[in-house]
Amino acid sequence: MIQFDNVSKRYPGGHEALSGVSFHIQPGEMAFLTGHSGAGKSSLLKLIALIERSSRGQVFVDGQNLSRLKGRHIPHLRRKIGIVFQSHNLLFDRTVFDNVALPLIIAGYHQSEVGRRVRAALDKVGLLNRDKAYPITLSGGEQQRVGIARAVVNRPPLLLADEPTGNLDPELSREIMGLFEEFNRVGVSVLIATHDHDLISRLDHRLLTLSGGRLVRDGRTGELAASA
Amino acid sequence: MKRNTRKPRPRAVETEARSRPAQQPRGKINAYFTHHLWVLVSSLGQLWRTPFSTLMTTAVIGIALALPAGLHVLLNNVQQLSSGWDDSAQVSLFIKQGVPEERIRSLADKLRDWDGVAEVRYISREQALAEFRELSGFGDALDSLAENPLPAVLVLRPTLTQAEPVPMEQLLERLRQLDAVDQAQLDMEWVRRLNGIIEVGKRGALLLGALLAMAILLVVGNTIRLTIYARREEIIITKLIGATNAFIRRPFLYTGFWYGLMGAIVAWLLVAVFLGLLSAPVSRLSSLYDSQFRLGGLDFITSLSLLLSGIFLGLVGSWLAVGRHLQAIEPT
Ligand SMILES: Nc1ncnc2c1ncn2[C@@H]1O[C@H](COP(=O)(O)OP(=O)(O)OP(=O)(O)O)[C@@H](O)[C@H]1O
Ligand SMILES: [Mg+2]
Repeated sequence: MIQFDNVSKRYPGGHEALSGVSFHIQPGEMAFLTGHSGAGKSSLLKLIALIERSSRGQVFVDGQNLSRLKGRHIPHLRRKIGIVFQSHNLLFDRTVFDNVALPLIIAGYHQSEVGRRVRAALDKVGLLNRDKAYPITLSGGEQQRVGIARAVVNRPPLLLADEPTGNLDPELSREIMGLFEEFNRVGVSVLIATHDHDLISRLDHRLLTLSGGRLVRDGRTGELAASA
Repeated sequence: MKRNTRKPRPRAVETEARSRPAQQPRGKINAYFTHHLWVLVSSLGQLWRTPFSTLMTTAVIGIALALPAGLHVLLNNVQQLSSGWDDSAQVSLFIKQGVPEERIRSLADKLRDWDGVAEVRYISREQALAEFRELSGFGDALDSLAENPLPAVLVLRPTLTQAEPVPMEQLLERLRQLDAVDQAQLDMEWVRRLNGIIEVGKRGALLLGALLAMAILLVVGNTIRLTIYARREEIIITKLIGATNAFIRRPFLYTGFWYGLMGAIVAWLLVAVFLGLLSAPVSRLSSLYDSQFRLGGLDFITSLSLLLSGIFLGLVGSWLAVGRHLQAIEPT
């Protein structure tokens, strides 16, 4: 689903955020990405969604070589990826329903189809009865779940999340992770950047560890508890 | 962070999710038009939510459109008025002193056969004197003169209208070359001068319109630019979830459309009110001149072109702004 071949990313300032990163995530696989602050986690996710382009090496998503992808095809790539963002989240002047419906409207779905899918997605994250609320009236955790509903409403084959539990308490964080595992169980490939070791050490998934822009370990989350 | 009260209630997710999202969702064409309609309405709603700035922009566009449109309508009215006078244009042929009456009468007969001459009326020296005496009130002064000072006159009504000025010029030239004629004078010469002035005025209105059209483009462009930056976050989010540039552009283009349309309506109202205010004094004035003239309003064609140019300028202005500023906003 995702393949990195010796990928480096250098920002215009000259700082190398990623150097020589190679890995391969299979369709239907779930993996975590961890590392210290500034290790390059967000940068790596941005390369997958073509928010940034790699400076060297090649990135493949769903068999497509991203370095060859022209600007006008980027929207179609992004429709295949559900992204849960660290910042840039919801539109605060629109209802929960309208926020979640946005990817469907963009993709040109019919009105009736939109309603059905949005309700299904909101149901999955347990917010079906808040569809007419404005995001500002929701708690942080609820907002995060709206973001997840929006990411999956289009049923993308790939789900990316950058610190999806960033400022949530442990119990809620576990529930959110449970949601991602559930999407993975029905075949969605999932890649989550997080530095919450406590949370992921209890799960059993692949774990990629970045340090200073290099991929220093490619193992399982269970090893975290052992090494800690 | 506040603890939320409701817990996520995960359900069995449909296995459908595994399959790729439908590339060609049902009723796509229909959905496309529904979407356009929705954007059209929601961009109007957006404008409605910021009534003050919307009103300001609309008023500026309205005034800028009203100026050339109003000028155009006024000039059309003046032209209408003067074309009425055109019909009454006549040529006075002043006959040389001493030309005998029979020769004048045969000349009149000859002239009646000319192309471009509709009617010839003979005013003898005596008739001219009588007329003058009656109209001027200088009867006593005339009586003291030994001889009638007035020439005989042939009054020609040409069939040519002022719309064909060259033949009229030729006709005058031919008349002046006649032996018996002292002077040939087109009584309505000034109508043609006025028409010339109106033509200059129309050209001026056109140039003014072009300048103001540019001003409208700038005003709409700048307003849309501000809207784009105010909705920067929204643009970034929609780009991140796969919106095409066309999708992002659409609401701004429709906003420009609404500005143009509303500006044109304001302009129409301004011109209508302006003409309404003028019409009473104009009627009073023309009745003083025994004229049936009434100030004409905005006709259908003028109204339609006003609306269309408003919409066109709104769309082009927003298109320019969107082209310049939307590319600059990319997620990071
Ligand atoms: N747009 C940018 N321009 C220049 N440098 C950048 C840019 N974005 C990130 N960097 C740099 O690249 C490095 C990696 O950043 P990145 O955001 O990928 O780290 P991270 O692992 O996500 O960190 P965190 O856990 O704090 O979110 C950092 O040193 C950062 O300063
Ligand atoms: Mg980060």
